[in-house]
Amino acid sequence: MIAVEEGYMNLNTLWFALIGVLWTGFFLLEGFDFGVGILLPFLGKDDTDRRVMINTIGPVWDGNEVWLIVAGGAMFAAFPNWYATMFSGFYLALFLILIALIGRGISFEFRAKQDSDSWRRWWDRATFWGSLLPALLFGVAWGNILRGVPIDTQQEFAGTFFDLLNPYSLLAGLTSVALFTLHGAVFLTLKTADPLRVRARRAAIRLALPTTALVFGFLAWTYWNAEQMDNKGLVPGFVPIAAIAAVAVVAWLLREELEGWAFLATALSIVLITATIFLNLYPRVMVSSIRPANDLTIWNASSTGKTLGVMTIVALFFVPIVLGYQGWTYHVFRRRIRREDIPGS
Amino acid sequence: MDAIDLSRMQFAITIIFHFFLVPLSIGLVFLVAVFQTAWVRTGKIVYLRATRFWGKIFLINFAVGVVTGIVQEFQFGMNWSTYSRFVGDIFGAPLAIEGLAAFFLESTFLGLWIFGWNRLSPRLHLACIWTVAVGTMISAFWILLANAWMQHPVGYTINEASGRAELSSFVALMTNSTLWIHFPHTILAALATGAMFVLGVSAWHLMRKNEVEVFSKSAKTAIIVGLISSVGVAFTGHIQAQVMTEQQPMKMAAAEALYSTQEGAEFSLFAIGKLNNEEPGLNITVPHLLSVLATNSWNGQVQGIDDIQAQYEQRYGPGSYVPVVWVQYWSFRLMIGAGFAMMALTAWGLWKMRKGTLETAHRYLFLLPFAIALPQLSNTFGWIFTETGRQPWIVFGLQLTRDAGSPVLSAFMVGLTVVGFTIVYSALMGVAAWLMTRYAKAGPPEVDPDSIPTTVY
Repeated sequence: MIAVEEGYMNLNTLWFALIGVLWTGFFLLEGFDFGVGILLPFLGKDDTDRRVMINTIGPVWDGNEVWLIVAGGAMFAAFPNWYATMFSGFYLALFLILIALIGRGISFEFRAKQDSDSWRRWWDRATFWGSLLPALLFGVAWGNILRGVPIDTQQEFAGTFFDLLNPYSLLAGLTSVALFTLHGAVFLTLKTADPLRVRARRAAIRLALPTTALVFGFLAWTYWNAEQMDNKGLVPGFVPIAAIAAVAVVAWLLREELEGWAFLATALSIVLITATIFLNLYPRVMVSSIRPANDLTIWNASSTGKTLGVMTIVALFFVPIVLGYQGWTYHVFRRRIRREDIPGS
Repeated sequence: MDAIDLSRMQFAITIIFHFFLVPLSIGLVFLVAVFQTAWVRTGKIVYLRATRFWGKIFLINFAVGVVTGIVQEFQFGMNWSTYSRFVGDIFGAPLAIEGLAAFFLESTFLGLWIFGWNRLSPRLHLACIWTVAVGTMISAFWILLANAWMQHPVGYTINEASGRAELSSFVALMTNSTLWIHFPHTILAALATGAMFVLGVSAWHLMRKNEVEVFSKSAKTAIIVGLISSVGVAFTGHIQAQVMTEQQPMKMAAAEALYSTQEGAEFSLFAIGKLNNEEPGLNITVPHLLSVLATNSWNGQVQGIDDIQAQYEQRYGPGSYVPVVWVQYWSFRLMIGAGFAMMALTAWGLWKMRKGTLETAHRYLFLLPFAIALPQLSNTFGWIFTETGRQPWIVFGLQLTRDAGSPVLSAFMVGLTVVGFTIVYSALMGVAAWLMTRYAKAGPPEVDPDSIPTTVY
């Protein structure tokens, strides 16, 4: 058991938690964007359907992606050694993620700019792969952070790209793909109208069981890993159990046509799984598979108290404002999108 | 080439490509906001059509700027991990604040603007585009704060135990003199970039007598914004040169290829031959101008490269502290030359406007589409000048670029990503330029203000 000598009431712990919140926000929001992108070729029977799907996330996807950028910036500011070790260590994986996000980000804007089927098909591919790849690789990355990667005494990554592709982390990646796809499918049942909505619901119900199995498998393995290393961190058993329960009830909620509740359930599951990872990590930020003394922690990876203090004031000021106007956006665009809304269809 | 050289190349490719887009975005969104304000206040359809037309081109440009910006943020950790560890306590904060205070604002309100026609009240909808415009400037402020610190580190102490730079005063970062001259210079350059773009496209249409009302209004607005901002760029640039002479004398000396310290130094307009002091070729100069520019006095002293090198060797130890002189010399001149050309063109435009013959001034209009390249040249060479002029330092006086890379990266890995990014950026550049040209040439579509679609993609 890793001792937490300094207690919880300190800025390092606060920033660890805040970075957890930022990643949670990213997975929760961009999660359904990724899901919609992954489902695009499967649920979009014709161009109008696909346009409906893209328009459900159109006003919000860019704002959702900023959660990632801010999470990265916050890691740099609060835990520079975490940022430096992780970003240089996961170099090729991040390169792939960046290329994918570039293709995806422009696909929405560019797709509509030329009236040609082959043009649109190209951008649909960019949307699909640009959603699938990050959904997979972010899962793999976080699996590795928690499971441990070779980190030497200089806090440098001492492995290769292929070290990242271990069974546990690949399971983490599959779980995130499945969960985001399910999350996206449920989102579409909320945001579209029949018949697309019916297809989305059917897809969600079909995905729910395998996703539950993956979530269960991932969390059980996580728990087993922690037990092996005699470190359960802070995870109370109820957090991962509630994560499994939340995703397990999605199919039932959808059959009862409780779509809002189903969305809440997938959202809750994402939040609780991310919480499990962060609670299990604490007070570490990256685990060394070489030896525990090489672990990066909220202490040896952090900025000074002064910087953390300044950043705390900034965050306390801006985070509520951001939450306010992002929430308002979802309110403005709360309506379902129908085929009739698409001009020229 | 080793991993460091390749990382430098990747950083340069990414930031140059990114910076083709960013100033144009900042400038265009400002003009779009101006046109939409005119629409809301006057209710004249011509302003709505201008808003929709320039807005569409802005969005294509913005999308590419956003996706390359993510690379920008990730690269510090990916390729410059030693740098990130060394400066993270100071440099990370402005990046995080940029995200919190600006990126959220820009992206969220841009979404509201794109999809919010007829869903928000006209005034609220107008406020959205202004929020985006202000957001882009807030973003510029924080990233320039970070860059200014690399040029002129302030508000830090070096922790001997950890060997890193640590924050001692956040206020000092915020009040860095370099920042406060960087920021207006860059913002004004961005406004000039947007203005020259709008002017160039408008001229292309005016020559063809196409949509004269929309493009004449657009061109006039652009001439005014372009003239004010390009004069402002020159003015702030002048102050910047003085701040630089004081803070980074080597950069100024290299810009002039001035090897020995001089009083009443002359300004070289143009030189043929090597700039290495040993084989002077043809050099056209203006007496005393450099001293006046750099110090505001007729006989002010400007230090030469050799003297500064000697001082730096004493202070920092053996090694060369001289940037690549010909890059400095020529990037400085190209930046300034393109800037003055913009000033001249917009002043000429103002004169035509006053005479009321702008729409028929064919010789003038013919030049303008080519002038779209001027601010891009000026911006690019300006950054090449200021960033390469800081070399061999990554943080001036504190850390050398060659000591700042990621030790885990092999030249092969970085080579792979350099090739990958270059291919992707080239493709992006090609597609974006093609789309923007197509939409620019197509001209403004008819707009019915009561039935603007609420779905866009």
